[in-house]
Amino acid sequence: MAYSDKVLDHYENPRNVGSLDKNDPNVGTGMVGAPACGDVMKLQIKLGKDGLIEDAKFKTYGCGSAIASSSLVTEMLKGKTLDEAESIKNSAIAEELALPPVKIHCSVLAEDAIKAAINDLKSKK
Amino acid sequence: MKLPIYMDYSATTPVDKRVAEKMIPFITEEFGNPASRSHPYGWTAEKAVEEARRHVADLVNADPKEIVWTSGATESNNLAIKGIAEFYSKDKGKHIITVATEHKAVIDAFRELERIGYEATYLTPEPNGLINIEKFKAAIRPDTVLASVMFVNNEIGVIQDINSLGNICREHNVIFHVDAAQATGKVDIDLTKLPVDVMSFSAHKTYGPKGIGALYVRRKPRIRLQAQMHGGGHERGMRSGTLATHQIVGMGEAFKIAKEEMHDENKRIKKLHDQLLQGLTEIEEVYVNGDLNHRVPHNLNISFNYVEGESLIMAIKDIAVSSGSACTSASLEPSYVLRALGRSDELAHSSIRFSIGRYTTEADINHAIDLLKQKIGKLRELSPLWEMFKDGVDLEKVEWAAH
Repeated sequence: MAYSDKVLDHYENPRNVGSLDKNDPNVGTGMVGAPACGDVMKLQIKLGKDGLIEDAKFKTYGCGSAIASSSLVTEMLKGKTLDEAESIKNSAIAEELALPPVKIHCSVLAEDAIKAAINDLKSKK
Repeated sequence: MKLPIYMDYSATTPVDKRVAEKMIPFITEEFGNPASRSHPYGWTAEKAVEEARRHVADLVNADPKEIVWTSGATESNNLAIKGIAEFYSKDKGKHIITVATEHKAVIDAFRELERIGYEATYLTPEPNGLINIEKFKAAIRPDTVLASVMFVNNEIGVIQDINSLGNICREHNVIFHVDAAQATGKVDIDLTKLPVDVMSFSAHKTYGPKGIGALYVRRKPRIRLQAQMHGGGHERGMRSGTLATHQIVGMGEAFKIAKEEMHDENKRIKKLHDQLLQGLTEIEEVYVNGDLNHRVPHNLNISFNYVEGESLIMAIKDIAVSSGSACTSASLEPSYVLRALGRSDELAHSSIRFSIGRYTTEADINHAIDLLKQKIGKLRELSPLWEMFKDGVDLEKVEWAAH
């Protein structure tokens, strides 16, 4: 399968790989997908004192498009409010990465991961 | 070193240069139709076809009269399964047996027969990929007309005990078909001894051209089948259609070379296989798929736990291999062969089939090992599953948000 240059770039040089302390009250963790389906995304966001997302980290088990989608999302999230973050749509991710139709589910998963991370963060407040 | 390194010989092999040279004159100068009886163009082509038929028969110790040309193993499997079922079901019955890990050409031919009223049993192999002989015997019924089992599995390389299975079929008067597409040139086949009634062959898995194959149809005792391709009555009525002389010549030459060289070649490939196995099993959490003893050395199918197959294929684009994950197609189904062995979806998704052959070198193997070690490490750094595994989380007990 041919991947877009942007997918390849994120795949070869993934941004913000890693983990934040999931017990930190300012860290929200979202884990979506299932190994049996071939993708699992873990997305973590850290809220700064100013109410903006100051850090985002990910780890993804999945195809190149899934890795690229989550890597891209960590870049998009930084500096956003939670409301702004919540409004990120999968279509924006798919468009930015030029995902083919069979890979749209990767962007849907990334959107789900954002929502899950935000929900986790809110539940701690 | 030519990149990417080809390690997908089970998908197809390059045509051996000696084979290609032999084929070329039959495309341009000796272009006659082997069925033309009235002039030397036809005679020359016919002679070449018959010589090739002898080479194919020789590799498996059969009579040339038992070899029918087809377009490849898919057609051979279809002709054998449908042709035999149709011919014999009136007397014997409509029950047919195969194995869940067979090639799609067999599985789908069975499905088609089911659609028109046959009853099929799909045996589940043992976790090592081999068929349990007792279970096979137990599946046979008075109305069983045909059993079909592949010699060497295309995905996991295991060799089935064709001799024992064939003897059981003989005892119960069941016609036995064997798909040997992945076996020629890799295992010794002696059809004067093996109790097999029909056997499928392909040229392009054995350094011959694509688009040509053959079906062995036993003469003693004589096996009959209903033609699936009707026309000029070629191949004693079993398969009509003008013979593709150049392709046939190619298959003949490829099988002749296989017979002459397979023993030395297989020794060399076994060494490479062991080297690859040794190198890759130095990586943590890897699982070899398929029995380690009853297998051809040409195949090594390994699951790399906690790494997803498609991203792995992307990471190792310097080597051309196949993945057990069908993620590359629209479906997200993992390999049905690995699933039939009871492998988890995760392990099936993260499997790689390395298949090596005539032109694989020691340097190729070393390059592959180094690449895999490096990339598996990188992808596991990225993998939340690996992190959880390292933290001692039991992934079986996690409730996943399936999508």
